[in-house]
Amino acid sequence: MSVAISARGLLRQFGKVVAVAGIDLDVPRAQIYGFLGPNGSGKSTTIRMLCGLLVPTKGTVSVLGYEVPREAETVRRKLGYMTQRFSLWDDLTVTENLDFMCRIYGLDRATRRERMADRIRDYDLAGFAKQRAGTLSGGERQRLALAAATLHDPELLLLDEPTSAVDPQNRRDFWENLFALVARGTTILVSTHYMDEAERCHRLAILDLGHIAAEGEPQQLARDIDATVIEIECADLTAVRRVLATVPAVRSMAQLGNRLHVLVHRELAEPERELRAALAGQCADARVEKVGATLEDVFVAATILRKAGGVERAA
Amino acid sequence: MIWFERLLAIAAKEARQLGRDRVTFGMIIGVPVLQMLLFGYAINFDVRDVDAAVLDQSRTSLSRQLVGDLQATQVLRVVGEAGSERELQKMMQRGDARVGIVIAPDLERRLFEGDRPAVQLLVDGSQPSLEDLAQGLGSMPVLQRTGAGAAGPPHFEIRTEYNPARRTAVQIVPALIGTILTMTMVIFTSGAIVRERERGNLELLITTPVTRGQLLAGKLLPYVLIGLIQTTLILAVGRLLFGVPMAGRLVDLYLGALVFIAAALALGLFISTIAQTQFQAFQMAFVTMLPSILLSGFMFPFEGMPAFAQGIAQVLPLTHFNEIIRGITLRGATLADMHVPLLKLVVFLAVMLSLAAARFRKRLD
Repeated sequence: MSVAISARGLLRQFGKVVAVAGIDLDVPRAQIYGFLGPNGSGKSTTIRMLCGLLVPTKGTVSVLGYEVPREAETVRRKLGYMTQRFSLWDDLTVTENLDFMCRIYGLDRATRRERMADRIRDYDLAGFAKQRAGTLSGGERQRLALAAATLHDPELLLLDEPTSAVDPQNRRDFWENLFALVARGTTILVSTHYMDEAERCHRLAILDLGHIAAEGEPQQLARDIDATVIEIECADLTAVRRVLATVPAVRSMAQLGNRLHVLVHRELAEPERELRAALAGQCADARVEKVGATLEDVFVAATILRKAGGVERAA
Repeated sequence: MIWFERLLAIAAKEARQLGRDRVTFGMIIGVPVLQMLLFGYAINFDVRDVDAAVLDQSRTSLSRQLVGDLQATQVLRVVGEAGSERELQKMMQRGDARVGIVIAPDLERRLFEGDRPAVQLLVDGSQPSLEDLAQGLGSMPVLQRTGAGAAGPPHFEIRTEYNPARRTAVQIVPALIGTILTMTMVIFTSGAIVRERERGNLELLITTPVTRGQLLAGKLLPYVLIGLIQTTLILAVGRLLFGVPMAGRLVDLYLGALVFIAAALALGLFISTIAQTQFQAFQMAFVTMLPSILLSGFMFPFEGMPAFAQGIAQVLPLTHFNEIIRGITLRGATLADMHVPLLKLVVFLAVMLSLAAARFRKRLD
């Protein structure tokens, strides 16, 4: 498995604040690699260090075989970057924006014409080619930004929360486009705080407070979760929560409609029985069942638990 | 050639955006014209049509002729007659009249004997430059001549007295080129990079292969052109409306202007590497602008300033450009004659460019 990005002990401080706390990273080629994490977990800072926008306080980075930031200029020719904010020019039209980016990447006239026609077709931009970017909707801007980031056929795409301002349908379409790029051999690193997006990645790193809390394929992460997931159905969930809050083995609770999702210590031998016993006084008819972990459970187990030293009872 | 194409791509994009920003574009043309009209007409020591009131205690044909002569100079415009000295003072107090003309009852005898003033001019000292006017009027021959029949025509000489003032106006217009260029160049360029930083465009741009030099030069190029357009505009308006002479060669003037434009742009660029927001950039540009206007010899003579202020003025590019431009337009000097201030401008340009280039990194930290 060939590696597109490799980082060792990557650390970045802003004054006294440690944004990225010495992470190791290996991103395989021609895959979608996801950074999942809440705001402030160090996703953007890491991406910016990978493209040479920020210099690491410590650690080494190699991108496409080049050492960053020393060889950042070389890497930049092979790299497409989509910033968190829409960063093309609002007062230029779709075509003008694309043409400008082509020129910046030094494409000759023939290539320019061909690539622009391709991207306008692939990303469904023909309808507003003459429209100024500032008047486009969130989804249209996203497609324009992706079109601009791929004009020079980059080997690596860095996407920093690309879909945070986009509706679900447009997000689906956006991901279809990403898979099309991967099929052509592009490596994509994408940061997100959406679970459904994280689930689509080939591999995933869960970032929390500048650390990688968990790393691997999404299904594997769900299997390896450091907790047992129990689902409880009951008429009076408030009472259930009150009771479970006193059970030491319970690490986290989250309500989903009329069900309660509970993370329990893995060491607990018969979690269903224990919980049923605990609830006997309050909610005798409670349905208690062991279920498979979702990515959200993985995320909660990996982040909240670690922070609270193992015990967290989300109210 | 890719190097140059990238630079041109940036410049073309910048020019296109500028063309779409109607307010800014309007400022580029509007500011010079407005400033020209404002400074050219308002800052004018050639005083005309000052409201005057007459207290004619003599009431002879000679006194009426005297008042008529004073009016004919166009310096004074008689707006009223006072019946008494008190009434005259009231009129001046209210501001109805800025000048009071008091003609003695025995005007003809006083003129004939010549030992006492025949006419008294009361001047409102609260108004600037009226004192000079009184001096001028006081030396009007008719009021000093001792002989009878003194009311002859040589009152045109008063206009001569005011020529120095007219020359001041002529002096201000060339200096306006530098002042206006300072305003537009520094403010627009300091904003140009900060705006892209604020809107997030810069984060994208600096992750592309574009180099620092291409980015900075490409951004400045359209403004150089704008600076030259403004220079032309000011010269044309100065010529058409104010009859400002052009003693030297236009080539020298444009070359000098080019160096100054570059210096002002470099200053704006340097500001843009420090400022985080457009508002900060504007404030910083303003901080450099005020001393430029006040200390560069644009309005106040450089020689009259304390050494401290002269020291500051030496650092300002406008000081040296004013020197160059006045030399070329008014004294007919060549650019070679003005090599000392020109050299100082070049030094300023080099220092600012190095500072800006040193501070501008293709990074966010």
